[in-house]
Amino acid sequence: MNARARDRAATIMFWVGAGLVLLILGTLIGYIFYHGLKSIDWRFITSPPQSIRAGGGIGPQIFNSFYILILTMAISIPIGLLAGIYLAEYAGRSRLAEAVRVAIETLTSLPSIVVGLFGLLVFVNATGWGYSLMSGALALTVFNLPFLVRVSEESIRGVTRELAEGSLALGATHWQTIWRIIIPGAFPSLITGIIITSGRVFGEAAALLYTAGMSSPALDFSNWNIFSPDSPLNPFRPAETLAVHIWKVNSEGIIPDVRRVADGSAAMLVMVVLAFNFGARWLGRYIHRRLTAA
Amino acid sequence: MNWKFFCDRAGRGLTLFCAALVIVLTVSIIYFISSKGLATFFTNGISLREFLLSDQWAPDRAAVDGGPLVGAKAFIAGSVLVSLLAVGVSAPLGIIVAVFIVEIAPGWGQRVLQPAVELLAGIPSVVYGYIGLSLLVPLIRTYLGGGGFSLLAGFLVLSVMILPTIISVSTDSIRALPVEWKHASYALGSTRWQTIRMVLVPAARSGLITAVVLGMARAFGEALAVQMVIGNTREIPTSILSPMMTLTSAITMDMGATVMGTTWNNALWSMGLLLLLMSLCFILIIRVVVRRGAVQ
Repeated sequence: MNARARDRAATIMFWVGAGLVLLILGTLIGYIFYHGLKSIDWRFITSPPQSIRAGGGIGPQIFNSFYILILTMAISIPIGLLAGIYLAEYAGRSRLAEAVRVAIETLTSLPSIVVGLFGLLVFVNATGWGYSLMSGALALTVFNLPFLVRVSEESIRGVTRELAEGSLALGATHWQTIWRIIIPGAFPSLITGIIITSGRVFGEAAALLYTAGMSSPALDFSNWNIFSPDSPLNPFRPAETLAVHIWKVNSEGIIPDVRRVADGSAAMLVMVVLAFNFGARWLGRYIHRRLTAA
Repeated sequence: MNWKFFCDRAGRGLTLFCAALVIVLTVSIIYFISSKGLATFFTNGISLREFLLSDQWAPDRAAVDGGPLVGAKAFIAGSVLVSLLAVGVSAPLGIIVAVFIVEIAPGWGQRVLQPAVELLAGIPSVVYGYIGLSLLVPLIRTYLGGGGFSLLAGFLVLSVMILPTIISVSTDSIRALPVEWKHASYALGSTRWQTIRMVLVPAARSGLITAVVLGMARAFGEALAVQMVIGNTREIPTSILSPMMTLTSAITMDMGATVMGTTWNNALWSMGLLLLLMSLCFILIIRVVVRRGAVQ
């Protein structure tokens, strides 16, 4: 009887724990959207921020966030995918493979502020670019790469081995097999993984404070010359992203409507990240259905 | 040599190059951070003992007045304290939830709780910081007194942040246990709680420790979320309601305000190096724990 009563009590404890986590999540999401949606309107997400007066928006920050994400992905996807292919297809149990795994583990657990410091030293100072989108994108590549390598390796390992063996038996080279059989097979989970890591990159701020900078010069969105300093497309201009903006307005903002801007930015950021997460799952399932006709 | 085989060779070389790049990157991070971080000791002549064990922080004091003093003990203590407390809250809760997902209500847990945990993991850390700042800090100020910016706010924010890490790693390790062990335990007449407490949790021990260490590592290295809610005063906190500072928040706040090459700036790089070394330590601990677990 005693044991049974304890079992009951323990079961209650487990339910309370689970309920608590749901409650925390509900509170966080509810709080963000309840306050945030009040301050989001078309003007807010398109107009530039104000430095002293109220009424600023977050238009350039949203643009910067997406631009830096695209740059980061353009650099890190090829490297991450190829390194993933190496680990899954060529490495076996070699010494080098073991070293790559240790390196990935190290990079994964590195605090993002340390990645930012490395970026400051190498991508900002040593290259002479100063705070710039490109420096930020390279720092985020360091931040993103270990996850991407892991995603690629796991997706490739998930592909049925018989398909690859069939291809090799027909006389295709290993490289042809990888690109025509294995990568297409791994595509759904590869896409899902890439989009989920994009969400992480989009929300990262600490690695960007001292690489992409905390200011955004006045941008002229009709200027498409990428070498012009006020062109939004110039990758060598400083660029404050949405996540950095939330931190900055709270820690050193002197605008009177900090609360409104921060609420709106936080809701916007969470919405985009959640869209990435849900979108990834949906797209993965969709592509899987299309490709396998299952 | 025909084109097909050339591609095969070149392709293999290319993947090898990218894999090697990951190693080069890791080594260069360690090299660059160390070379800057060690300058405090070699160029500025600060002793390691002073940096680690003194709480005298006056990096802008002139040499004639006995400065500059760069004792980082208050920051180190702050970082250790805030992450230990965060793990203290999160580890039990995380393991409880993991057991719940695997054992108590698998259907419901997988359909509702697992997506919830993934959602929690997806929320960016600045957003955690901002919620801490706008919701938690005023609550603490109103109901518990003090300024609100405190150790308490810091470790609560961190404990929610590291919860998804602890839950998902624990869930995987409990799920990986052979189902026969559980069946054997039930067959011997154990209740579910006895099975969980005496069979499942001990058997998953190495995985659970890994989960907790990963959570600890994440808490120790988190910068902005903590910096936003702890008040950032350069003292060792005396109570749970007093403001404090961590290694990460010191770097965040002062790196942009100091000039490269000064003792102050170099001391910040040394703190960065300390963070790097700590994260290497955490990896080492995990490796040892996993190997021990595998042997048993």
